[in-house]
Amino acid sequence: MAEKVIINVKKLKKYFPVRGGLMSSFGSGKEQKFVHAVDNISFTIKQGEVFSLVGESGCGKTTTGRLLTRLEDPTSGHIYFHKRDIANLEGKDLKSFRRNVQMIFQDPYESLNPRLTVFSTVAEPLLVHHVGDTIDEREDLVAKALEAAELKPAMEYLHRYPHELSGGQRQRVAIARALALRPEFIVADEPVSMLDVSIRAGILNLLLDLKAKYGIPYLFITHDLSVARYMSDRIGVMYLGTIVETGESEKVIKNPHHPYTRALLSSVPVPDPDYKRERKKIKGDLPSPINVPKGCRFYPRCIFAKKGICDRKDPPVVEVEPGHFVKCHFAADIPAMDGKADEEMEEKVELGEQLLQETMNSAGNDEEEIEFV
Amino acid sequence: MDEAMENNELEVVENEPLEVPSESHSDVITYDENEEYLLEVNHLKVYFDVLGGEVKAVDDVSFALKAGETMGIVGESGCGKTTTAFSINRLLPDNGHIKGGYIKYKGKKIAEPDPEITGLMKDRKKRKLYKEKEAMMAPIRWKEIAMIFQSAMNAFNPVHTIGAQIVEAIQAHEDVSEDEAMERARNLFKMVGLPPERVTGYPHEFSGGMRQRAMIAMALACNPSLLIADEPTTALDVIMQDRILAEIKRLQKKFGISMIIITHDVSVVAETADKIMVMYAGKMMEYGNISEVFHHPAHPYTIGLLGSFPSIKGEKKKLKSIPGSPPDLVNPPKGCRFHPRCKLAKPICMEEEPPIVELSDGHWAACHFAREIYSGELKEE
Repeated sequence: MAEKVIINVKKLKKYFPVRGGLMSSFGSGKEQKFVHAVDNISFTIKQGEVFSLVGESGCGKTTTGRLLTRLEDPTSGHIYFHKRDIANLEGKDLKSFRRNVQMIFQDPYESLNPRLTVFSTVAEPLLVHHVGDTIDEREDLVAKALEAAELKPAMEYLHRYPHELSGGQRQRVAIARALALRPEFIVADEPVSMLDVSIRAGILNLLLDLKAKYGIPYLFITHDLSVARYMSDRIGVMYLGTIVETGESEKVIKNPHHPYTRALLSSVPVPDPDYKRERKKIKGDLPSPINVPKGCRFYPRCIFAKKGICDRKDPPVVEVEPGHFVKCHFAADIPAMDGKADEEMEEKVELGEQLLQETMNSAGNDEEEIEFV
Repeated sequence: MDEAMENNELEVVENEPLEVPSESHSDVITYDENEEYLLEVNHLKVYFDVLGGEVKAVDDVSFALKAGETMGIVGESGCGKTTTAFSINRLLPDNGHIKGGYIKYKGKKIAEPDPEITGLMKDRKKRKLYKEKEAMMAPIRWKEIAMIFQSAMNAFNPVHTIGAQIVEAIQAHEDVSEDEAMERARNLFKMVGLPPERVTGYPHEFSGGMRQRAMIAMALACNPSLLIADEPTTALDVIMQDRILAEIKRLQKKFGISMIIITHDVSVVAETADKIMVMYAGKMMEYGNISEVFHHPAHPYTIGLLGSFPSIKGEKKKLKSIPGSPPDLVNPPKGCRFHPRCKLAKPICMEEEPPIVELSDGHWAACHFAREIYSGELKEE
């Protein structure tokens, strides 16, 4: 069965220009530098599906979310929403697109205006898009949205201010605001990371219930792989602006192929004191997204990196099993190589470090140009 | 009083009345006479004076820690876990007072209620007395009990180099020359996996993970016996979190340091600690050996907390949420503080404070029905 594709992202890029210091304004002929926040990513989200983007801070997952809601303008690429490219919409068209796409932000303490009541907050999108002619009609819609977000009875909450609500209730108000317009697509950017642990599960379950009830697809952005696994049908792992691995969540979690995914997964603590975790080594820190490494972006930290290949060519996207894509030169061989890796670990770690040193040196060299395809 | 201070004794004068621990508990956590404990916290109560009343931030918390042991304190924000840690090092803000119980470190009392300095902070004389008493903690702080703070970002002074700050900490406790102290700072850097030449760097020149490592280096500067890590990895990414935790564990083993790790993340505790204490609304809910508590939780809150964490291992299970939200600690609920959110609550829970029940050797839970839950007789539907 061909499922209906709601969002189709193709070769999306977003570069932020780097402002130089005072001296750079004297035009020394240097090129303008860019932060490669999102660099050539493609993915699709189908009807009734949760697609998670996971990765470390600074990998570009939030920027992707903001691009999809058009809070940022893409540098290049296409975002098809119901087969219509919305990447360059403007004016009225953009406004009508935005009616269908809503966002839930990370921090409900900041995303709600402290001077607006719950009613004013949830009714605001209705006013902006001229939905509901009379105040009674709007009140009805707001009450429905609040009840959908499990703030019952809605009447009790309508005239309260955010400071009268707990963190969990605030996030529910933010969810109700996103639901008020009956959107066709929701971007949830770390919706539980600021909440208390005992409240998180409630919000996650609410989002899943809403998906089941209304069939709304989500783009779910999180740094927590356990949460991503719980929430999503498919996962995309981002590293330095690119998606390195994508596929059904269980496949990616249980059978990761990209060395970065493997390292990331092996770093996640498990809530079981008797579980002994095997730690995969990964060297160094996240490189700067201004001077991204040539070739594969992960190679300076990768223990499998091969000189001459990984540092030269951008890796292809390989389908390792149906619907499971990995962006790596050796995608298919990694799990097997990893078994042997323990013995040769030290050696390879050394090589990784050596490569890292080299990139650091070359990154410091302004003369060298970095190519982007 | 003055004599005691001149002798720089840690023991507080004998004839001061000690608050008797509340008798409402039929059972109390007992300490094994034959064991030697590094740290004993006994019926500790810490209240904060605020506008409109008192916040009972920590209310009757007891635990004991042996040399080399690691204990995790788990709970939501505002449950009193950081206050417990701060009262061990006596770092409470001015409006925080120890209202009951005591803390013993290496057999000496380092904290107990002191009526002379309670609630009278506006009085300058009393304030001075308080400051003097506080000074008695100086030989213990950092030298014996060091802390890793939550945000290393804010814990370092931005206008001094990290090396200078470590040197300052060393020189405050030991009579060593600056060069010697700097040399030690370099060695500490090496030990935590930072390039030693970076000691001359300023905090802003370090990444988050590096700063956290520098924080660990500083905590270890005076060879402490007890390390309190307050959410040491909360602001970090998973890969960095994993590295820092591994680093802390390695150094802790190497030097035989005891540790208290405070976190809201049960998986972090599961991986690092030998013992766990679950706190809720200032009260201890459950306390015991880590695998015992994880596999046989006897308190509904612990069960709820463990059930609300997703895992990347094993089967995908539906998460259970705990309804409601944590209570206001100025007016905590009567009876068991967890009863408004508890699915197993019965009338007795609303009236009477639950006793602390020992379920098996060293496994305690504060619930009226702890035994029934532990044995499996009582279950949530």
